[in-house]
Amino acid sequence: MELLYSIKPLAAILVSFFVVPIIFSSKSENVREAWTFLAALLKFAIVLSMLPFVLKGGQIAYSLVEVLPGVAIAFKVDAFGMLFALVSSSLWIVTSMYSIGYMRSLKEHGQTRYYACFALSLSATLGVAFAGNLFTLYLFYEMLSFATYPLVTHHQDKEARSSGRKYLTYILGASIGLVLPAMLIIYTQTGTFEFAPQGFMNGAFSKEATTVLLLMFVFGFAKAGLMPFHSWLPAAMVAPTPVSALLHAVAVVKVGVFCVARVITSVFGTKMLATMGLGTIVCYVASFTIIVSSFIALSQDGLKRRLAFSTIGQLAYIILGIALLSPSGMTGGMLHIAMHAFGKITLFFCAGAIFAASGIKNISEMVGIGRRMPFTMTAFLLGSLSVIGLPPLGGFISKWHLVIGTIESGQIFFLFVLLASSLLNAAYFLPISYKAFFCTDEEAMFEKKVDEVPTWCLVPLCITATCSVIFFFYPQPFLQLAKMTVATIIGAPMP
Amino acid sequence: MTHHFPALLIIVPLLSALIVSAMGWINRRWCFPLAVAALSGALAISVGLLTQVMATGPIAYKMAGWSPPIGITYVIDYLNAPILVVILAVALLNLIAAKTWIEKDFSEKIGAYLALYLLFLSGMVGIVSTGDAFNLYVLLEIGSLTGYALIGLGKERAPLSSLNYLFMGTIGASFYLLGIGYIYIATGTLNMADIASMIPQLAESGTLFLALIICMAGLFVKMALFPMHGWLPNAYSNAPSASAGLIAPLTTKVMIYAMVRLGLTVFTPQFTFSRGMLSEAIVWVAVAAIIAGSLLALMQRRLSRMLTYIIVAEVGYMVGGFWLGNEAGVTGATLHIINDAAMTLTLFLAVSAITWKLGSDKFEDLQGLFGKMPFTMMGFVIAALAVIGIPPTCGFFSKWYLITAGINAGQWAFVGALLFSSLTNAVLFFRIFEIAFFEPFATGHGHHDHGPTFSEAPLTMVVPLIVAAISLIALGLYSGDIVTKLIQLAIPAGIA
Repeated sequence: MELLYSIKPLAAILVSFFVVPIIFSSKSENVREAWTFLAALLKFAIVLSMLPFVLKGGQIAYSLVEVLPGVAIAFKVDAFGMLFALVSSSLWIVTSMYSIGYMRSLKEHGQTRYYACFALSLSATLGVAFAGNLFTLYLFYEMLSFATYPLVTHHQDKEARSSGRKYLTYILGASIGLVLPAMLIIYTQTGTFEFAPQGFMNGAFSKEATTVLLLMFVFGFAKAGLMPFHSWLPAAMVAPTPVSALLHAVAVVKVGVFCVARVITSVFGTKMLATMGLGTIVCYVASFTIIVSSFIALSQDGLKRRLAFSTIGQLAYIILGIALLSPSGMTGGMLHIAMHAFGKITLFFCAGAIFAASGIKNISEMVGIGRRMPFTMTAFLLGSLSVIGLPPLGGFISKWHLVIGTIESGQIFFLFVLLASSLLNAAYFLPISYKAFFCTDEEAMFEKKVDEVPTWCLVPLCITATCSVIFFFYPQPFLQLAKMTVATIIGAPMP
Repeated sequence: MTHHFPALLIIVPLLSALIVSAMGWINRRWCFPLAVAALSGALAISVGLLTQVMATGPIAYKMAGWSPPIGITYVIDYLNAPILVVILAVALLNLIAAKTWIEKDFSEKIGAYLALYLLFLSGMVGIVSTGDAFNLYVLLEIGSLTGYALIGLGKERAPLSSLNYLFMGTIGASFYLLGIGYIYIATGTLNMADIASMIPQLAESGTLFLALIICMAGLFVKMALFPMHGWLPNAYSNAPSASAGLIAPLTTKVMIYAMVRLGLTVFTPQFTFSRGMLSEAIVWVAVAAIIAGSLLALMQRRLSRMLTYIIVAEVGYMVGGFWLGNEAGVTGATLHIINDAAMTLTLFLAVSAITWKLGSDKFEDLQGLFGKMPFTMMGFVIAALAVIGIPPTCGFFSKWYLITAGINAGQWAFVGALLFSSLTNAVLFFRIFEIAFFEPFATGHGHHDHGPTFSEAPLTMVVPLIVAAISLIALGLYSGDIVTKLIQLAIPAGIA
């Protein structure tokens, strides 16, 4: 395996600070947003420039300073980190575009703060993706919690305050209360934090201690939203929709599952977990979350809340896939990070577009809205098909791998969990599209006049919906990256 | 010249105190620049000493050429060299930030005030650099007496709080003096290195053990270890802003340094930690201090009072870490002396700026502060993150060592108390952020385009605050170096 030392990972993280000038140009909206775009495009370009090398099987490393004996703030770009970085940095561009349309059409206040915090959040997200050791991962994980707080509480009213409280209580409480002690215990025994393809615990702990530590990580990274640490996510939906879209369908929650996946594969090691039979415990926790959250989603009338519970379930898919510890299961889990991101962000964009155009938040008031907003609702349909996992959409590919993974690992129970959940997904998504398009004239709540949202909002959601379709036919480079990660973990030759 | 640096370190603030005080009679405009120059000079000397120690090892300086045990030595080693730099940097930053306050509160008495300020510092610097146990007492009194005066100069209840502090402080100092008496009885010397060399022969000495307990008890009173903390909140919160920013970061930390110095290089770790009962009891007191400090902080409705109780909890961190008696614990306690001084300075500078603009630091007056004073709040937020213990700020790293020490020692109550305190600190600070960020609530859907108007504190306040805040991150990033190149070399062999 080729290892290259380069400052690029750090540059990709820090390029967000290109938006610093917006503090001084907050008088002019266009200049401010130009800086955001510049930062987003540069970030994507830097990430993209590292892709060919990673696809060839190389890794890019950079070490900043040694903060504890043997522990440095260090970055390492491998296939898995690259997969996540590609998803989040590309979607930042789209979301910036969407933000402009959304924030301007609703005349939101404090937009300068909004764009600055957004950039900071993306910086932290890439930091997590490129973290070379557990300490760096934790550092950026915490940074993300604080950078997103002003975004979640953007409206600065009482509801925002109580949601913000809930958000931080869960996320910070779990990370300080569970992850930090778990890290310290591991460090006192092993003296290292360096990620390794087969973990670095090397049997330093008994089975019981390993179980406790594993659960401390799985629940402690509360951004992954495993029940019972999930209820911050629906609460955080008070944020403006672009925030919900990028942060709570892509960056924040995916950082959570990414951290869990990293810890399972590179700290504990899949072989050790398999011999101890601990993957199954996590699988059961995830399955419980999948089924329960789907049932809760069925009962939600607020569109964003329904999406939030759907997200909780889909995040658990990813954890389930990783915890199956079988090659296809892990491939499916990692691929689902990308596929779900594109599907879910489309859905959130649509929810925001409906709200910006009509002020409606509840599903029961959306009967016939497809007549008025045909583009938005078509994208919505595509997004929901992808999340349900039907062809010809990207979500099918990842779910296919997950299903194969359950069979591969011989745990048929989880196969039924996946199938049952897909049916439930269909049950809570499809009626929305159905009612939007097919209803009698008496039932319809809208005129037939087409009255779409501004182009700045419409284009992004069309792009992400189209991407979801394209990924069915051509799921690269994500599939390749996921397969490469799995090959490294199980020690197979590079695909 | 560089040879005399250890002496100059004390002499520069001491003499300049006299000059500044005289200048107060001649031309008051020169007092402030003189004080700043004196402190900058002392800071430069301390930095010189630090580089010298890092390059060539510890320096022992004989005052006036007299050899111990008759003369007094000053010893600059890996333990106190970084602390000296921190003390002088804190004092300098606070002095610059307090310029407007000093001019407003003490315009007539500026010479006297600055003289006290410098005298206080010569006391603090002396305590940290002396190699003589009795000389430490003398300098302790210089630091304390000037400290009482600096606090007592405040308005309203300040003189009363200062008197209360004086009573408690005198009791603490007397205990320390008594302990030194016992040490002298047992060893016949007051020089720290001499005492240390005799400890192995006196390992079973009851007198010496009593001396250890009494000295430590005295220091515990002086550092406001719970439940002997009663004097601290009033004294620090009623003090004039200019004094609070100096005394709050320094006094408790210097007392903790004295504890570490006594425990490590006077009594030696073998003796200090030889009685398991004592160590264990003190760690439990520290656990109580952390929990009580955090809970009492939750009950406050004024920013500065809240911070004083956080100091009480932080004292528990360091005392507990040190008395765990293992390498990680001593490292963590020592590192936290540096970090906590910087964090407390940043917090008090922010409070000082807020009080300057608002005339109050009550919670209900902090509404809309993020809009009004964004730069001050930025510094405050970084300091808050450091106190909560979020990487890469420095607070995380000292807490890291302290928790590791608890795990290594199997002292889970201490680990639990530290985590509890981190979470409580998060609540404490986010309560403030909520008031400053959300309130006053807008009507309707929060589209208040006209937020609170920008009105920041003067630059002389904001710039030192931002410098202090950045130093919290810098200290965090360099904590690996601080630990491996300084603190670990300062810890004598014989610690598990």
